[in-house]
Amino acid sequence: MTDTAGTTPGSTARFPFFNESKAPAGGEGWESMYPYYLVPSEETTEHENAQFWFADTMHWSRGCHPFDSIGAEAVYLGVGTFSTRIFALPVSLGLDVRVVNGYVYISPLGVEDPARIQERVAIFQERAGYYYANWDELYGKWKAKMEGAIDSLRTIEFPRLAEYDPAEVVTEARGRSSAMAVIENYHRLIDEFFSIWQYHFEFLNLGYGGYITFFQFCKQAFPLISEQSISRMVAGVDVLAFRPDDELRKLAALSHELDLNSIITGDGGPETILAALAETTNGRTWLAAFEEAKDPWFNYFAEYGFTHDQETWASDLSIPLQGISRYAVKIAAGEDISRPIERLRDERDEIVDEYRALLTGDEARQFDELLGLARKVFPYIEEHNIYVEHWSHKVFWEKAWDLARFLVDAGFLDTAEDMFYLNRFELDTALFDVVDSWAIGVPARGKKRWQAEIARRRPIVAALQAASAPPAYGIPPQQVTDPFAVMNYGVTTERVHDWLGASDGATDKLNGIPGSLGIVEGPVRVLRSEKDLPLLQPGEILVAPITAPSWAAAFAVATGVITDIGGMMCHAAIVCREYGIPAVVGTGFATARLTTGQRVRIDGKAGTVVVLEPAPDTTRATETAAAVR
Amino acid sequence: MFTREFNDPACQDVREVGGKAAGLAQMTAAGLPVAPGFAVTAAAYRAYLQTGGLQEFTRGVLDGLGTSREQSAFDDADRAISERFTRMPLPDSVANAIRAAYAKLCEDTGVDNIAVAVRSSATAEDSVGASFAGEFETWVDIVGADAVLEYVHKCYVSVFAGRVLSYLAEKEIDPHAIEMAVVIQKTVRARAAGVMFTLSPTSGDRSKIVMEASWGLGLSVVGGEVTPDRFVVDKVGLGIADRVVGNKIIEYRRGDAPVDVPAERRDVLCLQDDEVVALATLGKKLERIHQAPQDIEFAVDEELPEGSNLILLQCRPETVWSNADRKPAFDATAGMMSWITGSISGATAPPAHAHDASHQR
Repeated sequence: MTDTAGTTPGSTARFPFFNESKAPAGGEGWESMYPYYLVPSEETTEHENAQFWFADTMHWSRGCHPFDSIGAEAVYLGVGTFSTRIFALPVSLGLDVRVVNGYVYISPLGVEDPARIQERVAIFQERAGYYYANWDELYGKWKAKMEGAIDSLRTIEFPRLAEYDPAEVVTEARGRSSAMAVIENYHRLIDEFFSIWQYHFEFLNLGYGGYITFFQFCKQAFPLISEQSISRMVAGVDVLAFRPDDELRKLAALSHELDLNSIITGDGGPETILAALAETTNGRTWLAAFEEAKDPWFNYFAEYGFTHDQETWASDLSIPLQGISRYAVKIAAGEDISRPIERLRDERDEIVDEYRALLTGDEARQFDELLGLARKVFPYIEEHNIYVEHWSHKVFWEKAWDLARFLVDAGFLDTAEDMFYLNRFELDTALFDVVDSWAIGVPARGKKRWQAEIARRRPIVAALQAASAPPAYGIPPQQVTDPFAVMNYGVTTERVHDWLGASDGATDKLNGIPGSLGIVEGPVRVLRSEKDLPLLQPGEILVAPITAPSWAAAFAVATGVITDIGGMMCHAAIVCREYGIPAVVGTGFATARLTTGQRVRIDGKAGTVVVLEPAPDTTRATETAAAVR
Repeated sequence: MFTREFNDPACQDVREVGGKAAGLAQMTAAGLPVAPGFAVTAAAYRAYLQTGGLQEFTRGVLDGLGTSREQSAFDDADRAISERFTRMPLPDSVANAIRAAYAKLCEDTGVDNIAVAVRSSATAEDSVGASFAGEFETWVDIVGADAVLEYVHKCYVSVFAGRVLSYLAEKEIDPHAIEMAVVIQKTVRARAAGVMFTLSPTSGDRSKIVMEASWGLGLSVVGGEVTPDRFVVDKVGLGIADRVVGNKIIEYRRGDAPVDVPAERRDVLCLQDDEVVALATLGKKLERIHQAPQDIEFAVDEELPEGSNLILLQCRPETVWSNADRKPAFDATAGMMSWITGSISGATAPPAHAHDASHQR
């Protein structure tokens, strides 16, 4: 991995090093905003410059606020503990993580010493074997743990600091101030978040391991089989992942049945639509069903819920309403949008039977065994996001906003949004200051200091967010062998080569990972955030940093999808295939290189995007996007 | 009945129509399209031999051979019988039946004076076996009812060809045990034609069907005279996984000599998607019937109406990959945890996407 380390800067054999990167104009000084270990430093330069780093824009599609960098800590602590220390993956340690110009970069770390690999093989087989052998039971326990953690998060409160502590402190002889709970609850909020991200990785890599083994069997037996065909044999048809979208379909069908389409597909915001519905009996019937679906199915981020300012369907009802409206239009046009579970399951079984019939007896036995394994582990891969990224994160951010409002109430911050310009350690300090000063009976001692710092940071974060992330830094590996980097992030040897070539300048072609089959031509709509989704017009090709499963309803309108990051097993690709739109994922540069209105042709099998015409007036496109924010 | 169309269930009776015609009738019944046509039955042949004492005559000539194994004696017998047969046309009952069947074939296909192949489809009592079947002739591009009658007559004469008589004598088969049924079948006028494997011939992947096709008859593809178009179809689900345009510089409009393909057609795909899928469906069916991967020749006839213009010409078992020893991906004795360990250790990193057949030929 380090055999090209001696190359001179500027050579195309490698990407820039962190210490060669420049902050975007206005973003200078970003380093001070994040915990020191997330920021490249002189002490760690040698290590950093020997590694290959790629942008995790799948989870952080924009430069992140200081507080939001907690996600990068929690995720990569979780990966590391389970890969390195708990299950001892034989050749993989964790993923090292840095924040550079606000974007999160990660680097897979391998084990090369054969003796150490041998040692880890033995531990892995024993420990992972225990999980595979008891999968269903342990997965049941996992769900209970997650539900417990979410419930625990829900109990967190930050009661405002009153002039005097409540009477109960005295009548119950508690012997300590209720304000102590504020600090404690902040710590619990952080601790639960880290726990949840431990649980997230308890099963994930084992799940991928089970799937990859079936995958490799199929590739050996059928050298030309597509990833789509393999995953179709494994994918569940009635897993939680499809439920939110299924709810939208059901509500669209109900709207059609109750003859409410004219209201539901009408102009005007959610308030207008909901108010109009409340006026009729049918409308009220529909609203009752809508309310029923909200909890928990609208506790669903439009992206992955890694930033404090992301909306859920519940917090921005225009997102689900728009999805319902799109489905309602399809139903009105006579299209059947239902997902007939039985038929889909039969079709899946038929595909499996046909492939099995092509195998010899010995092969078929192994096929059945591995398909069984893959199907046992796959529900976790499909469902865990709902528990972690959606349900847990929703409560986490709700509580974080409660805390922000607590600080505004305490007169420490001007606006709740300000809190997210502090990282979690700075916030801990500030919170202690607030509680301590309140207890003593003096004004908070750091109010001006932190407000000045927030004012300094606000334009920095804005500058970081206005810039795109280069796809990679450092020394590219000869071969990307880490199966998880390949499966989840779509970072393959070929892709890294493309990035190296493309980083020299603009080209009329982008290469990515085939996410979903099909060829389509059309104008693109570049969306950097789920908030821009309403801009998407029928017939357009959606270009986004990622496509989260919750964008599914938009896929009913888009004719194709292009993303910057993601592999064939990224959550987005799984759902994209389900809806049968051509998709090229993991292109690295699509949002940076393409401009709304530009015509492209995407080939979902080859994984290519060909630009058919130059960018139209760029300034205008940018203004349009900005106007919606 | 002196004639039987291929789609007539009675045409599957080997004893009455011969192996060739019965085979065509069986394929038709199984939904496997062959060039349309009909059989002239063994009854017609018997009727001919009953005419003007032909049977007694041939019996006399053959008896005269005694136990001779001299080729010159067989050739003399051939001459005598041939001369006698030539003077004896087909009886009206047989001729009229053939004329009617030919007229119906013209009508069914919408082609006047349709060019046909006249193919011997000899039959015999079961005890005789079928080893003689390859001994007889086939004539192509026969046009008009009169010509058809003439070539059916040639088939009858060919039973007593010196070469055949010596062969039959060697096998100790009485020439009278053989009855000559005849296949009359449309000559294929290929708009495009080619070869289909029900597995990937380069990777051995059994989940793919690979076709190579070019304009005109399949000769140019088989002979490697063009770079054919290539199509890869998923056997499961029948989706077209790949289409690669070839460079089709020449084509055989007839079997004799190639002509240049006009420039504007050379890099146009010679098969439509629906044709590719329909052919793949036929390939899948043939593989299922024969229980093994097949190597199939096909054509798209330009005279027949769309929907009935796909013609299967030949089908034989694929031999290269089918006979290769196949092992499962993982060592069966090592157990699942060992398989998983290997897979996640990146020994062979999973490719991000399959270059479906793009490396083929």
